Amino acid sequence: MSIQTSGSINSALPARKPKIDWSRYSLGTAAAAVMAFLYGPIIVLIIFSFNDNQVTTLPLRGFTWRWYEKMLANEQMLEAISNSLYVASSATILAVIIGIPTAFVLDRYGFYGKTLFRRLILMPITLPGIITGISMLNFFRVIDFGLSLETVIIGHTTALIGIVVTQVFARLQRFNRRLEEASSDLGATPWKTFRYITYPNIRTAVIGSSLLTFTLSFDEIPVTFFLTGRDNTLPMYIYSTLRRGITPEINAVGTVIILVSLVLIIMSVILLGNPKSDSTSR
Amino acid sequence: MTPRKRRRLIAIAVFSPPLLWTLLFMIVPYAIMFTYSFYTRQYPTFVPDFQFGNYATIFMKEQYFQVILRTLKIATLVGFLSLMFAYPLAFFLVFKVESQKVRTILYTAVIAPLWVSYLLRAYTWKTILGSEGVLNSFLVWVGILDQPTDLFLYNQFSMVVTLTYIFIPFTVMPIYTALEKIPRNLVEASQDLGLGPVRTFIKVIFPLSLPGVLAGMTFTFCLTAGDFIAPFLVGGPDGSMVASVIQSQFGSSLNWPLGSALSMVMLAIILTIISISDRLERAGHIDLD
Repeated sequence: MSIQTSGSINSALPARKPKIDWSRYSLGTAAAAVMAFLYGPIIVLIIFSFNDNQVTTLPLRGFTWRWYEKMLANEQMLEAISNSLYVASSATILAVIIGIPTAFVLDRYGFYGKTLFRRLILMPITLPGIITGISMLNFFRVIDFGLSLETVIIGHTTALIGIVVTQVFARLQRFNRRLEEASSDLGATPWKTFRYITYPNIRTAVIGSSLLTFTLSFDEIPVTFFLTGRDNTLPMYIYSTLRRGITPEINAVGTVIILVSLVLIIMSVILLGNPKSDSTSR
Repeated sequence: MTPRKRRRLIAIAVFSPPLLWTLLFMIVPYAIMFTYSFYTRQYPTFVPDFQFGNYATIFMKEQYFQVILRTLKIATLVGFLSLMFAYPLAFFLVFKVESQKVRTILYTAVIAPLWVSYLLRAYTWKTILGSEGVLNSFLVWVGILDQPTDLFLYNQFSMVVTLTYIFIPFTVMPIYTALEKIPRNLVEASQDLGLGPVRTFIKVIFPLSLPGVLAGMTFTFCLTAGDFIAPFLVGGPDGSMVASVIQSQFGSSLNWPLGSALSMVMLAIILTIISISDRLERAGHIDLD
């Protein structure tokens, strides 16, 4: 808060002496170079998905839809896509069902071992997926539970709960709990209070983090690699075809994945990054 | 129902899903992995045991120990390089972009690739650096090279380039947050007291941004150390890392106990790094509020 007020005072001050700001130009150039580095390879991927050549070499040979047609005719890939949709949506729903109560527990209750609990549930965010994957592979072997898309869903949920928890928790911390007290003083049941008072305030955080969870689950490999049975998800299918070499068809699928994820990501950033929108609209 | 009873019921309802989930799918699996690391391999499976042979193998056998050292080296290198790219970018966004709206848009553009398929971002470097790839064909096309070289791909260079590329946004995120928190009047005070921009940066801005720098490097280090996708796609023989070795223990090599022990070692390294970085951050913490 104090930071924001000082910022607005600063901007009210008259501008300092006009002088050519060389640091701005050099930093701007550096920043532009890094941005080019970040987006260059993605653009390369997109360009070559339309290039009429079996190998990804320059010069370009002309425009074609061939790789997209091939992709749409590839039944294994289509099945992998539908598997991925099933896994990602189930994992997202589970992560939300588990993640919201977790955020409430961390926000509202004090109990013995709370720090440990928080660290544990957030750990998979910093931990490489391979560790989550292997520990769960061992677990499923011990309880003699066959690997399938369902085990993948459980693995993704475990790996991604932290995303929902951190976002919803951050929103709950800013939420004014007097509103809940007022609601229950006026006779609302706890469920009604949650439904009509609390939930509308955390809604954008829930939707934003679900979109992120969905995208990450859709693209997930390290956990999936160890927990999937005979069915492949899309990234696992791509991974296994890469073993055999690269084809422009992968570029076509990649382009579709990248464009769809970018849309979902931008939507979730807008929802998560604009905390004032939902509290003021009410 | 009395209010007290009701409160208790609500607490149980709120507590049980997360508690059950962490117990069943995190604590128990970690415990099993820990137990397996003491088992003995009996091809093609393994039998319960309590011996330290798997750990001894990891630290005594040259091949495993080398992989661990290489992993640490590559992860450190990627951590530093990402910082070198990420810091100027974050600094530019926070201090040189005046419009709040433009800044938010640019920041979103920087972190968006973070959530775009990890596999595809690594894969595209394979198509760029390969001997029939974009870079080679470009260099031959413009006449710098006579014929394609295979120097770019399947070595530690391609690993570092790919992983740095993947983790730059990850490093930008915490640095940006840390820089944004620095009150502008501190910067102005330093300038009013006669410090030039360079010394203001060294004495005021950089120390205040250290928590972000630490968080970014820790993230990048940990995730690089546990990656097996980049080694698979662009790594080649001298680019394999701990995670690739673990992967093969659960795959073709069929040595789950050794794989579990390696995972425990990796987990220990990562948790150590995280707690060191936590401690450093707390030691250097300056309260701005």
